[in-house]
Amino acid sequence: MAAKEAAAVAEPKKKSATPKVDAESMATRQRDISVSEFFAKNRHLLGFDNPRKAMLTTIKEAVDNSLDACEEAGILPEIAVIIEDLEPTRPASAKSSRYRVTVVDNGPGIVRKQVENIFGRLLYGSKFHRLKMSRGQQGIGISAAGMYGLITTGRPMAIFTKPKAGQPTHHIELAMNTKTNRAEVTFDKEVKDFPPDRLRKLSAGTRALAEQSGFLTATEFPTGTSVSIELDGKYQRGRGSVDEFLELTAIANPHARIVFVPPTRVTEDDEPDVLTAAEASAAAVAKVTTETNGVIVFPRGVHELPRETKEIQPHPKGIELGILLQMLKDYEVTEKGGTLFKFLQDCFCRVSASTASGMCEAIGLTSRTKVADVGPPQAEKLFKVFQESKLAPPPTDCLAPIGVRQLLAGMLKGVRAEFYAASSREADVYRGRPFQIEAAIAFGGELPGDETARVIRFANRVPLLFQQSACSSFKAVSETGWKNYNLSQPRGGIPVGPLVIMIHMASVWVPFTSESKEAIADYDEIRKEMKLALMECGRKLGTYLRKRQRMRREGQRRDVFERYIGEIAKALHAIMGADPKAIYDALLEQANARTAVADQVLDEDGKVIKDEDPSGPDDDGVLIVHDAIAPAVTQLSSTPFAPLDFGNSSKKQTSQGGATAKGATRQSRGTGDAPSRSKGKSKADAAASPKRTAKQAPESAARAELRARAAKAASRKPGSSKPSNDGPRLF
Amino acid sequence: MAKQKTPSAPARTKKERDAATEKKIVTLATDVAKRSLAGNEPTVRVPTRTKSNTLWNKKKGILQMGPAAQERGLFNLSQAKSFMQTMLHSSSIKDLIAAEKTLSLRGMFYKGLHTVAGTKEKTFADQDESDGILEDLEVSLAALREELHIFAKKAGTMVGNITIIDSGDEIDCRRMGSGGYAIPSIVEPDVIKFKKCDAKFVLHVEKNTVWSRFNEDRFWEKHNCILTEGGGQPPRGVRRLLRRLNEELGLPVYCLLDCDPWGHYIYSVIKQGSISLAFESERLAIPDVKYLGIRAGDYRACGLSDDVQIALNDTDIKRAKEIAAYPWFEGHKGWQREISGMLNNGFKMEVESLITKDISYVTETYVPQRLKAKDWLD
Repeated sequence: MAAKEAAAVAEPKKKSATPKVDAESMATRQRDISVSEFFAKNRHLLGFDNPRKAMLTTIKEAVDNSLDACEEAGILPEIAVIIEDLEPTRPASAKSSRYRVTVVDNGPGIVRKQVENIFGRLLYGSKFHRLKMSRGQQGIGISAAGMYGLITTGRPMAIFTKPKAGQPTHHIELAMNTKTNRAEVTFDKEVKDFPPDRLRKLSAGTRALAEQSGFLTATEFPTGTSVSIELDGKYQRGRGSVDEFLELTAIANPHARIVFVPPTRVTEDDEPDVLTAAEASAAAVAKVTTETNGVIVFPRGVHELPRETKEIQPHPKGIELGILLQMLKDYEVTEKGGTLFKFLQDCFCRVSASTASGMCEAIGLTSRTKVADVGPPQAEKLFKVFQESKLAPPPTDCLAPIGVRQLLAGMLKGVRAEFYAASSREADVYRGRPFQIEAAIAFGGELPGDETARVIRFANRVPLLFQQSACSSFKAVSETGWKNYNLSQPRGGIPVGPLVIMIHMASVWVPFTSESKEAIADYDEIRKEMKLALMECGRKLGTYLRKRQRMRREGQRRDVFERYIGEIAKALHAIMGADPKAIYDALLEQANARTAVADQVLDEDGKVIKDEDPSGPDDDGVLIVHDAIAPAVTQLSSTPFAPLDFGNSSKKQTSQGGATAKGATRQSRGTGDAPSRSKGKSKADAAASPKRTAKQAPESAARAELRARAAKAASRKPGSSKPSNDGPRLF
Repeated sequence: MAKQKTPSAPARTKKERDAATEKKIVTLATDVAKRSLAGNEPTVRVPTRTKSNTLWNKKKGILQMGPAAQERGLFNLSQAKSFMQTMLHSSSIKDLIAAEKTLSLRGMFYKGLHTVAGTKEKTFADQDESDGILEDLEVSLAALREELHIFAKKAGTMVGNITIIDSGDEIDCRRMGSGGYAIPSIVEPDVIKFKKCDAKFVLHVEKNTVWSRFNEDRFWEKHNCILTEGGGQPPRGVRRLLRRLNEELGLPVYCLLDCDPWGHYIYSVIKQGSISLAFESERLAIPDVKYLGIRAGDYRACGLSDDVQIALNDTDIKRAKEIAAYPWFEGHKGWQREISGMLNNGFKMEVESLITKDISYVTETYVPQRLKAKDWLD
């Protein structure tokens, strides 16, 4: 449409420059431009600027649609993203290649007659005309992707959709006619096969997954849609890749299970990793991202759907004068002879009867004045009144924040850290539009410690992958004083450390800096909320770090004490024949008691988890994975204790003394920390299991087994299982 | 820990002393064990060996250790290791007593040295650590070093008109050749007995070079005296021997030291004891020792040349002022004059500076004149 206007503006200019062509002859050449034609030529506007980004955009649009559809239908999303390499033999240096991208969801499906409209027309959708929080907004995405595929490969888009369980599946192939902005159906048949069986047998990885834990099963997909687009693209991992997009999508959508099958050059001869039954079942129930046989599974972290959002009317403070004039005009058309009083109440939120009549009076009209009689001067006055009046902020039930628990679950499965904190702010308003900011941070664990923190950004649960430094969230991160929370931060920059910072903005209308929807515009209200959310997370991290530091110090202290206790026991024995074991045990008990902090298991806020701690998931937005805590603390319990040799005692006594002392060490430590530690773990388990990957699961099982064995060994020795102060007294 | 202000009387036999020392160590260990088993932090009480805990006993004219003490505990991060070391050395000393042997400080370092079980850490990082612990033990146990069966390295020489019995060997100190009799670190009566003494006084010089001058000139023979030397700051053995000569044989002791703060401090230590060994002053200090020279005024009095001047540096000046402010010098007019004389000179002088007059000026003229004129500081 912009192009159309441009053509109209250009007309008089041309006329004066070339007098030979008159208005009449020009008129024969002036015609409507189809949106499809316009975007086919300007595909960079929609994110198809290069092969790599085209691939990403295609998947992004399809996944966004799938998630929106599932949520609206109240279905927990199951999504499979499959990329097939159609030219596996191309030279490695090829800039692009032909791929087939398939996205399958278990959404409600699409009724047959709507298929062409949804996939074959640009600017056709349910989301544009309403003020409601959703991922897509304009209804350009998936059809544009199909069009891009058609232009670059000539192949139509293939759709399988099953709108009703037990009913046949529609298999339709669509080619868009860019001239008419309409789809042409090239293939239309009813089939029984959904999800398409072909996809399960694609590679060794998909076959293994289908056998071991189910992949694209008919029970999981009673209804749903599968879209396949062949396109000229490029698959490459790293920043701004499909992998990153899906990883981040999984973090922001913990209620979705996403399976990603990236392209492999070798498909048939590949030997699958043979997983043992235990590993396979561990992988199947794992709450964190696993990769087996090249197939990546982003598991479901929570089992509730996001809150259903309501559509809202615009807020008086959130509209412009031009829009107000248009609204008045539209109202006049739809409600013949409607009053201004009624208009104010019908078309805006937060305008009550008394407010409406107050506004009418303020501009010198009465509540009975008809909308038709409101002229532009009054409209302008009304607009001013809007700005000055005291109105309640817009309702917030139009927003579906991710939620603290879900944020934690999402971060836990996507980021391998030791400490997670999340914060969800109350809704606020910018330009009359409600929005809500959420932040989460992950710290420590396997994150690299010497790099600047990774900032991951989301708008309405959609990851923003590009233009980080133009984003309001980036500014909010740099302006937050991370030094207060024991992190290092270069002046005015992103903090440095093993840290991932996540920021999510939920709004009925996210203000992007450009059409490419890659950065959030820097409104003061938005940045302030972001900073407050970050500070809340930061404070929790700060307390945790301080406490952890103290634990570490205490651990080192105990280490020092323990080191010398054996020497002292020996010396006392040599001097006056004291029982070295009794002395050793007594001193060790004291050492443990004095450094009890080292045994503590922390919750957020650095509070010590008490035995009666509720095992429910955190309401205060913090999660600590104790298995991931850096060695300095945990090594205490794993350092093998060197057997003691109590010098002058008889040989038999020596070995026994050493052994029992060893047992006692374990045991007294065990009684000191085992209950609290396991409490802490069950706590983490409740929110999400700390098991990392299928490969790690056996390792921690082995560790648990060792621990159990040690405890058993200790209890087998009756002498050592007794607390040492019950033992024989020397004096 | 049993507090014992005065060290054990030296009159007891060796066996009695050993039994007493052993008892002290066992008491210390028993106390630690009792506390440990009762669930209390084991501690050792270590009297503080600092200047602030050193008291000037004006009446006796000696330095004494004050009442301040530190409880060394196992569960104090900065004390845990030294606590362990104290226990190790206690155990070593008990071994020595049982074996009736003595070890040097270095020997003790090696006796206690091993790797702490289960670590790569050594029980003692270096000998200094070990030496410090042994000094702590001396004060904690209120036992002398020789009672702990530890000796320091020999540093001191004696010659003169005296016959002693050292560990059963009779030694005539008139027949010691040019090297002299090396004073051992343990000179208690059970090791060294005075058999016969004709000497009338003791001349103690600062270092071996000066001592050799006197010995070569047979000064001790001409003046019927005992000539000693302590290699700078005299070790305990030398001080204890001087004290015994002074106390048991009634010989006056004269010092010939350099005219510098170092020399002044040596005199101070011989006279009233040192800060680090304040607990031993009772048996080491010689309150009536005399300072013969070199005096600040000697530069003019003896007509020395400019060449012998060694300029005072900042450290010297600071140290001189410190010494002048010690309570035992503060009220002493002679010493105040002496020190300010040196400061006014702006230089120090060594005993050897007298050699510029004549090789034997110091033995033939300087010391005899002073002794005759009773020209000394005390």
